[in-house]
Amino acid sequence: MQLALKKRKKNTIIPGFSLTLGYTMIYLSIIVLLPLSMIFFNTISMSWSEFYETVTHPRAVASYKVTIGTSFVAGLINVVFGTIIAWVLIRYEFPGKRIVDGLVDLPFALPTAVAGIALTTLYSPNGWIGQFFDFKIAFTPLGIIIALTFIGLPFVVRTVQPVLQNIGGEVEEASASLGANRLQTFLKVIFPEIFPAIITGFSLAFARALGEYGSVVFIAGNMPMKTEITPLIIMTKLEQYDYAGATAIATVMLVTSFLFIFVINMIQWYTNRKFNHI
Amino acid sequence: MVKPIGVGQEAPITINRSSAKSYALEESAIVKWSLITISLLFLALFLILPLVSIFITAFEKGWETYIASITHPDALSAIKLTLIVAVIVVPLNAIFGVAAAWVITKFSFRGKNFLLTLIDLPFAVSPVIAGLIFILLFGAQGLFGEWLFQNDIKIVFALPGIVIATLFITFPFVARELIPLMQMQGVTEEEASLSLGASGLKTFFLVTLPNIKWGLLYGIILCNARAIGEFGAVSVVSGHIRGMTNTMPLHIEILYNEYQFTAAFAVASLMSVIAIITIIIKNIIEWKAKEV
Repeated sequence: MQLALKKRKKNTIIPGFSLTLGYTMIYLSIIVLLPLSMIFFNTISMSWSEFYETVTHPRAVASYKVTIGTSFVAGLINVVFGTIIAWVLIRYEFPGKRIVDGLVDLPFALPTAVAGIALTTLYSPNGWIGQFFDFKIAFTPLGIIIALTFIGLPFVVRTVQPVLQNIGGEVEEASASLGANRLQTFLKVIFPEIFPAIITGFSLAFARALGEYGSVVFIAGNMPMKTEITPLIIMTKLEQYDYAGATAIATVMLVTSFLFIFVINMIQWYTNRKFNHI
Repeated sequence: MVKPIGVGQEAPITINRSSAKSYALEESAIVKWSLITISLLFLALFLILPLVSIFITAFEKGWETYIASITHPDALSAIKLTLIVAVIVVPLNAIFGVAAAWVITKFSFRGKNFLLTLIDLPFAVSPVIAGLIFILLFGAQGLFGEWLFQNDIKIVFALPGIVIATLFITFPFVARELIPLMQMQGVTEEEASLSLGASGLKTFFLVTLPNIKWGLLYGIILCNARAIGEFGAVSVVSGHIRGMTNTMPLHIEILYNEYQFTAAFAVASLMSVIAIITIIIKNIIEWKAKEV
């Protein structure tokens, strides 16, 4: 196997291997790897007790709970509505469908700060939407969930859509001709096919939500222990020139995010393998 | 590709045409229209209403206030700085994207999957952390801080810091668009061109580039949208110096925090127009790509 790979590389007539690999590695190192490694070098130079005290400070722990909790709920909301939207866009025809399809990308294209101030104004107690509710939405965890739902929606829709598109009509016909009703066909034939994509979409939206700052910071209200997200803790420490503290919290966030990226990659590897075997 | 005899698609469908109606191949009209309604309501609440509210709030106090807000010297310098950053960042990441996609899709080598993971890294990093790492490198207490100070070079709280943080944030965009596309296209066309005697560069410009142009353009507009709109990372490294290091999103934040809502939304409406244009270009590209 190893030998075969090496042989193929040598036999190819395509030029530019060393040039493009070298350029890719150098550029990657300067822009991404060297800067990111600073987090780990600076963390190593801290004493363990100092590090431990910073990352387990009650205010930091409260922020992890807020960040992970709201990201998770927003991810779930997006799984439900994102899958429904993907289904509607692939399976049904209705007026204005193309515009709706294009609009799904809005959170990718709209700057997060713009989304943040717009959502805050809408959901604040006297805003267009907020005025209809007896309880506060903006400046509570609910507001954070709304901002993170906005940010994460395209991830689920755009991961599920192509998979749904590729499910052949034959499997559904087979299922129906064997006597299954529509719900059974969906649950037993279609759902298992799109499930890996739903998980991938959820993980992407969740990973993005964990680090999100721009849209959340306006709507959250940023009350310590209640609506303070972890990126904001880093920001606050930076403004106080507490670089060691900011780095320690950043390490916790990075390790958490990398674990999720790892899970996403495992899922993609698994699904790719499955499809390549067919 | 070769299908066994008797498994042709036509036969069962034509034979069972009369009984096909009793098969459950579609949801009932009630389910269908409920799902469409749910989708449209959700999108209206989360996407359309916020977008509409930006423009309505921006024009609340009339055209004159709107024009005054976006032609204020601070706003103009923010627009200028944002454009300068995009003009530097997008081409650099586009060139990287093409090089990375070339090496990953045209060759087999060990560690390719690891390289792919490394390219994706910035997606997993919070924008605030992306800003922090450049403070740790170039800030006063940073690794190169002393040296930069002695040589009187300013990176953090100046244009170079904003550029490099934006480079980090938008790093994977073009590569991520090109890799699946070029993987699908394979190497046969390039091999044909090369074996007919064309040089490597000629092959790239006359064979590869025309094949990937829509994907490349798509990656570029996504990269551009994010570069213009980046907030968290730029917020950390810019230092918020008015008229000097404020990009458009930072300018919006300052106006909003000073309760100048109309002005904040006026600048936000400009950015929304850019976002809408981005989406329209994206759809044109997808349409063109399907046509080819």
